[in-house]
Amino acid sequence: MSLIDLSGSLLFIAFIAYLVATLFFGGAIKGTKQDASKSNKNWGKIAITITIIGFIANLGYFITRWIYAGHAPVSNMFEFTTAFGMFVVGAFILIYFIYRLPALGLFALPIAILIIAYASMFPKEVTPLIPALKSYWLTIHVITAAIGESILSISAVAGLIYLMKNVDTTKRTKSSIWLEIVMYAVVLVLGFVIVTTTFKAIGYEADFSYVDKNGAQQEITYNTPALFGMHQYELKSSGKMEPLAEMPAIVNAKKLTTVVWSVIFGTVLYGLIRLILRKPICRVVQPLTKRVNSQLLDEIGYRSVLIGFPVFTLGALIFAMIWAQEAWSRFWGWDPKEVWALITWLFYAAFLHLRLSKGWQGEKSAWLAVVGFAIIMFNLVAVNLVIAGLHSYAG
Amino acid sequence: MNKITCECGHVNPEGTHLCEKCGRPLTEEDKKQKIVDMKYEGSAIRSKTYNKTIIDKIWNFFSSVKVGVTIIIVTLIVAAVGTFLPQVVYVNVADGEDVKQAYVDSYGTFGKIYYNLGLTDIYSSWWFQTLIGMLAISIIVASLDRGIPLYKSLKNQRVKRHESFMKRQRIFGQKEMPSAEADESLDLADKKMKELKYNVRREENALLAEKGRFARLGPYVNHLGLIIFLFGVMLRLMPGFYIDEDLWIREGETESIPGMEGYYLHSNKFTFQTYEKGEQTKEFNQSKAAVNSVAKNYQTDVVLYKAKDSAIAGDTENLKKIKKSAIKVNEPLKYNGYGLYQMDFRLNELKAMHFDLVNKKTGKSLGEVTIDLADPKKVYKIDDQTKVELKGYYPTFSGFDNGEPQSESPIPNNPAFIFKMYTPETPKGETSFVAIKQTLEPLGTTKYKMKFASIDTRNVSGLTVRKDKTLPILALGGIIFMIGVVMGSYWSHRRLWLQKTADGRLIMAAHTNKNWFSLKKDLNAVTDFAHLPAWIDQQDEDDLKKKQENEKEGDHNL
Ligand code: HEM
Repeated sequence: MSLIDLSGSLLFIAFIAYLVATLFFGGAIKGTKQDASKSNKNWGKIAITITIIGFIANLGYFITRWIYAGHAPVSNMFEFTTAFGMFVVGAFILIYFIYRLPALGLFALPIAILIIAYASMFPKEVTPLIPALKSYWLTIHVITAAIGESILSISAVAGLIYLMKNVDTTKRTKSSIWLEIVMYAVVLVLGFVIVTTTFKAIGYEADFSYVDKNGAQQEITYNTPALFGMHQYELKSSGKMEPLAEMPAIVNAKKLTTVVWSVIFGTVLYGLIRLILRKPICRVVQPLTKRVNSQLLDEIGYRSVLIGFPVFTLGALIFAMIWAQEAWSRFWGWDPKEVWALITWLFYAAFLHLRLSKGWQGEKSAWLAVVGFAIIMFNLVAVNLVIAGLHSYAG
Repeated sequence: MNKITCECGHVNPEGTHLCEKCGRPLTEEDKKQKIVDMKYEGSAIRSKTYNKTIIDKIWNFFSSVKVGVTIIIVTLIVAAVGTFLPQVVYVNVADGEDVKQAYVDSYGTFGKIYYNLGLTDIYSSWWFQTLIGMLAISIIVASLDRGIPLYKSLKNQRVKRHESFMKRQRIFGQKEMPSAEADESLDLADKKMKELKYNVRREENALLAEKGRFARLGPYVNHLGLIIFLFGVMLRLMPGFYIDEDLWIREGETESIPGMEGYYLHSNKFTFQTYEKGEQTKEFNQSKAAVNSVAKNYQTDVVLYKAKDSAIAGDTENLKKIKKSAIKVNEPLKYNGYGLYQMDFRLNELKAMHFDLVNKKTGKSLGEVTIDLADPKKVYKIDDQTKVELKGYYPTFSGFDNGEPQSESPIPNNPAFIFKMYTPETPKGETSFVAIKQTLEPLGTTKYKMKFASIDTRNVSGLTVRKDKTLPILALGGIIFMIGVVMGSYWSHRRLWLQKTADGRLIMAAHTNKNWFSLKKDLNAVTDFAHLPAWIDQQDEDDLKKKQENEKEGDHNL
């Protein structure tokens, strides 16, 4: 087995381990009594053990791929997102050993699983590095920033559990509607994974030529039936679907097509789930959070921001500035990716200050943590794929 | 100032809520509260005390955390708006094209509005800079406002606190206990808390165990770091602190370095490499993008020279070699605080053109002429009777205006020449206009012509010359910020107070500025060990419920 195959298998093992561990965390929160029973504790122990095994396998993936490629595997969308998922698990393990709250695992692991699944929708090839990326400062910067973001994400997990427990989902309030929207968003990601996997399994490929915004003739291959065509497109493959509409040159119609397919699939999926459950998803999830102490959740949320914020500052701002000084001769250049790191940082600074005022603990703080995660995700997904800057990885 | 004298005799400044020494609540309002506000230890905060003069009002405005957070959020939103479309510096504007037009061409009406609103250069706008300035003022004011009193009251605190202070702590417990037993409890607690790495002080019948007080200073240290950083950023506006110049240098040339007085750079070679197909393993090349010429390296091989002290400016003969180096992306040449960065390049710029002077009829050549495009000569002599005069040179020929050839730029992109050819056969000379793929004979048909033979090209490197004297200040600010933020985030200030009362009780209270569950872990460890009273968290619903249930059952030991 070559190193790259080994690497792939290790990632797969990690993925399965996280799935299994989630089930065991479920066992650890079963029951109605306030205090954890002996059986609960045993389930919890097994669950965290499996999580750690998975994490070690995940690290194995990371290291073997690093050795194989000769550079840190954080240089394209697949690699970076996978690493982020791995760090989320790592951050969860860290926080778990401070607070030993199994419910945290029950929510954190599925989120990590979804992130890794999302990552594996992108091309997995090892890609060569362009000169700007050949710097150990860049490696340190990206890895530290990702670790910081993953610790900050745990606060969103705690916040989500807090909201599940404390928002009255039987009433139509702003909070309960938003909470259900969060669930819907999670299903949409699932929709993206399903769409991509399905068409990949079929082997769908449609080649187009188009004219880019500089007026040059380009080629592009769609992996899903084209809903939107690129600027002045021409279908080259026979028997494939013609696009429904043509987009101007500044819009990447291929990505737009994927997004729209994901929304369609996700929405249908969400509808099906609602039909089967006959109630909002969050009301089904809610009972899992019944036994958790709200104040503990609030503290975990705050604590993870406290732990993550310095790491994020170091990685996403300070190391980034050092690298930029080396590579671009200036430590700051207001390029979109930099600006969004600054925005994330300012947001969490605001979070920390708001907690100093009365009335911003508990539910409001939990919502802020969820918004913070949304910003991190926006950073990862939208800024990389849409607002292309110097840092843009995926083509 | 109206000082407040506490019952314990300590004189507190106006605006104090809890006596600095014993902790007694000082105002009627504070006495009514079930749990005291411990944020700044109840010390006198200027902004909460005075609100009369205009200075008070400005001070209070900037010291407010609400205002601070508002400024942070506004900055954040403005920064986000700036990423909707690329900023001016990232937009390629073709020569002679209007910037606004470039936005309209690419982004239509939205681009036009965006440009008109000034959002295309948002980060250098005066109002964005004002926002950052306000942020800095707010940080300074808020830190002085709270940091100093907080520091004083933490320093002044006494071991023995008044019971009314302890009762109003979130964590409180009491139980009746014979005096001897209580003394033993204090000793045991003393021992255990020391084991837990607390600092233990005792006074009369009271004990204070304290840990991580320095964490309270964390925010003030990190704010100081931020201010130093922002100060450094401002400094670069001062002349001399910051140099940012461009240097285009051709292979084989020696140029004086702009911004770097007395230094010269010689370029030996510029290299641009792409990844080759077979270069990497199989998986490497599965992606189409990888094969399609992914850039691998940009590199300029240079030699850095310094003019000898005695040399006059511009004298490139008398240079002292300093070092030889390869400048690559991510590997600048650093010398004496200056950095030379590989930023841009032009491949295959024309260097020289070779022509043959040939007889049109026979095709026989009289000799070759080589024109150095950067430094063309007036006359090219082939032999005594044969020569070519260069009457005109147009590096980037762009057409005729009134019969006169025009040149768009001094860079030889599309060179054109007017030659006057002298041969034994045509001693008076013949004139011919020669451009790429075009020959004109404006003064009549000629017998001879300049026949294009070949070209020499060379590469041009675009370098940036940078010196930034503010970097050490920025680094200092960054380091102080990190120290402060780690102090404040990874440690917390925990305190346990124990007291044996005159009426035969042992009372305890505890406080932490954050992470209550971690404090409770410590308390659980000491409570059993030292037979301390059962305590509750007066803010925890679960604890309060338990307390109510206990009271219903008639258990009154709380
Ligand atoms: C981007 C700018 C800022 C950053 C990164 C920053 C950072 C921090 C951090 C990390 C803390 C500690 C929070 C905690 O432990 O939960 C803190 C506390 C604080 N900050 Fe800031 N801050 C900034 C701007 C401001 C501004 C504009 C104000 C003005 C009102 C301010 C006032 C305070 C106050 C009053 C505290 C609490 C101090 C204490 O607990 O003793 N900060 N700041």
